[in-house]
Amino acid sequence: MAASRTERPEPAPARMRPRDVLRVGAAGLRTRPLRAFLSALGVAIGIAATVGVVGVSSSSGAELDRTLSALGTNLLTVSSGRTLLGEEAEMPPDAEAMIERIGPVESASAVGRVDGAQVYRSEEIPEEQTGGISVYAARADLLAAVGATVRSGVWLDGATLRHPAVVLGATAARRLGVGAAGPDVQVVVGGERFTVVGVLDPVPLAAELDAAALVGWPVAEEVLDFDGHPTILYTRCEEARLEAVREVLAATASPEAPNEVEVSRPSDALAAKQAAGRAFTGLLLGVGGVALLVGGVGVANTMVVSVLERRAEIGLRRSLGATRGQIRTQFLAESLLLSALGGAGGVLLGAAATTGYALQAGWPVVVPAWATAGGLAATLAIGALAGLYPAVRAARLSPTEALAAP
Amino acid sequence: MTPPTVSLVDVSRTYPGGVTALAGVSLEIARGELIAIAGPSGSGKSTLLNVIGTLDRPTSGTVRIDGYDVPALSDRGLSALRATTIGFVFQHFHLADRVTALDNVAGGLLYSGLGRAERRRRAAAALERVGLGHRLDHEPHELSGGERQRVAIARAVAGDPPLLLADEPTGALDSVSGAGVMELLHDLNASGTTIVIITHDREIAASLPRRVGMRDGRIVSDSAADPSHPSHPSDLTRSNQPTRPTDPSEPTDPSDPTGSTDSGDSGGRPAAGAVPGSEAA
Ligand SMILES: Nc1ncnc2c1ncn2[C@@H]1O[C@H](COP(=O)(O)OP(=O)(O)OP(=O)(O)O)[C@@H](O)[C@H]1O
Ligand SMILES: [Mg+2]
Repeated sequence: MAASRTERPEPAPARMRPRDVLRVGAAGLRTRPLRAFLSALGVAIGIAATVGVVGVSSSSGAELDRTLSALGTNLLTVSSGRTLLGEEAEMPPDAEAMIERIGPVESASAVGRVDGAQVYRSEEIPEEQTGGISVYAARADLLAAVGATVRSGVWLDGATLRHPAVVLGATAARRLGVGAAGPDVQVVVGGERFTVVGVLDPVPLAAELDAAALVGWPVAEEVLDFDGHPTILYTRCEEARLEAVREVLAATASPEAPNEVEVSRPSDALAAKQAAGRAFTGLLLGVGGVALLVGGVGVANTMVVSVLERRAEIGLRRSLGATRGQIRTQFLAESLLLSALGGAGGVLLGAAATTGYALQAGWPVVVPAWATAGGLAATLAIGALAGLYPAVRAARLSPTEALAAP
Repeated sequence: MTPPTVSLVDVSRTYPGGVTALAGVSLEIARGELIAIAGPSGSGKSTLLNVIGTLDRPTSGTVRIDGYDVPALSDRGLSALRATTIGFVFQHFHLADRVTALDNVAGGLLYSGLGRAERRRRAAAALERVGLGHRLDHEPHELSGGERQRVAIARAVAGDPPLLLADEPTGALDSVSGAGVMELLHDLNASGTTIVIITHDREIAASLPRRVGMRDGRIVSDSAADPSHPSHPSDLTRSNQPTRPTDPSEPTDPSDPTGSTDSGDSGGRPAAGAVPGSEAA
């Protein structure tokens, strides 16, 4: 007998290579492809929603940045408000000149509302159908000051400033049914026929011009009884000294009643709108997060069912020499793989949705890397969480119990 | 002399419900033996095989497998022991659906530490060895029952374990397929593998060189310990074919007079010796 044999050291299990771990996890999914697909889809929808929301809001942010850098953020607007008595306040006719005297001011331009002037497509069209269009007298340098662009035709110049010529804002043109400018296109302004020489693109920094009919300052005074008081002043100044200009602007434009004018920086308003949009984005992100959570629950459910169904397989693997750790790793790998597939699909889906939406809106396409990376990280966290309990349960099964399963 | 591959001393296994499946079993199996374990249903055969295979731990007693003190090993240690030393064959094959024979067998080597190419190479060799070299790419549903069991045997022996344990390997097969499987097991034994087979089939049991009969958790007969039988385990390993049909003491016989008294479970499932025309070898 060999009973005297010395105790042998405990045998050590061989390590499984990472590629084999992946392969076993993938094999588990491949046996039930539809179920794997559906539970991956749950995760994919959640990730796609989140990535899409972040992508669309980032793209719109990039669009704003692009707009602002094209239009500049150094525009200050002075508009006349109301007097204490509720009447419309007036700025003095020389307000523009006064402002140009401020050191850091680079340029100033103005429009003045022509009170009482109405605009019609023709004499036969009743007033209500073309309402809401204001007539403004404009300076020649207005276009440069507000960064507006002409969609059709030309801007007012030296000659047309004195003639019955009008340039329509984008909204005004639509309301009047004017598609393009031309020598034959005429509208009725304050009872006189004006030729539409130009139509503007929407003006992001001076949205009030969109619904305006702009005529030359001189012709307004001569033909439309314009009083010559500016209503809105547009001021470009040195960006670095903008705050200083802003402080003196009201007093300069309206020395007698500085509190009756409002000074604003339109680029701030645009950014504020963006910030408001961001709050909404946060809400949508929350919805995406909930979708992701539901997807994670789907993965957990799939894994629990999978462990229940595959007890015999677990028993077989234990009889073949799998350690508890290797069984746990197998099911964790399966769960991670499942949600990673969903996550990758979701990121692609979300990026595609962002691209489609942004292109259609004419925005630059931005899918932030942090959103993609965050989505995938969330996916892996979900996979780990969802797989942990089933994996631990699978590993705890005793081999005989598992093998006894049908 | 080499140590016995399997050495059980006074092994008991009591299930939580209070059922004593093994009640003081002592058994030594030498390297190279081919041994049948028979007995009525519920007599503890599968429990014994699970203990030998380290899938189950005894409640008390000593279990040494291939020189290792099994109760002293951790779960990891037992897993490693199973991966290198023990092959299992089950009544219902336990093959993976929709996976080719080759990959089923290669999967059996997953925990051996071998690379994939080497696993597949050895799997192909094992399938060749069981006569299925022409069925490598067949999935289980494309194979007959006997072929499936041979795939399962290939999986069990692909890593060349010194010990092969089979729980009713022919239980789900017709007699012809069963005979083929038994022939294969004889061949494997002839090339050195120690094999323990649980069977209900009298003829199969009778065809094996050593027979152990169980009842109520005890060993009630062992042809190796029977003085009337000219057997020493080391003799049997070399001469299993010639000695096969000689033993008249039938261990699967429920009316075995040496049986114990309690546990009216005996005789539950009749020994499946009635299968006609099973001609092993
Ligand atoms: N997990 C378990 N829990 C409780 N009792 C069990 C368990 N497994 C087996 N038993 C009992 O232990 C005894 C021996 O069972 P075992 O499976 O070893 O019998 P067997 O000889 O293999 O029978 P068969 O020929 O029907 O396969 C039986 O009485 C059985 O009911
Ligand atoms: Mg049994």
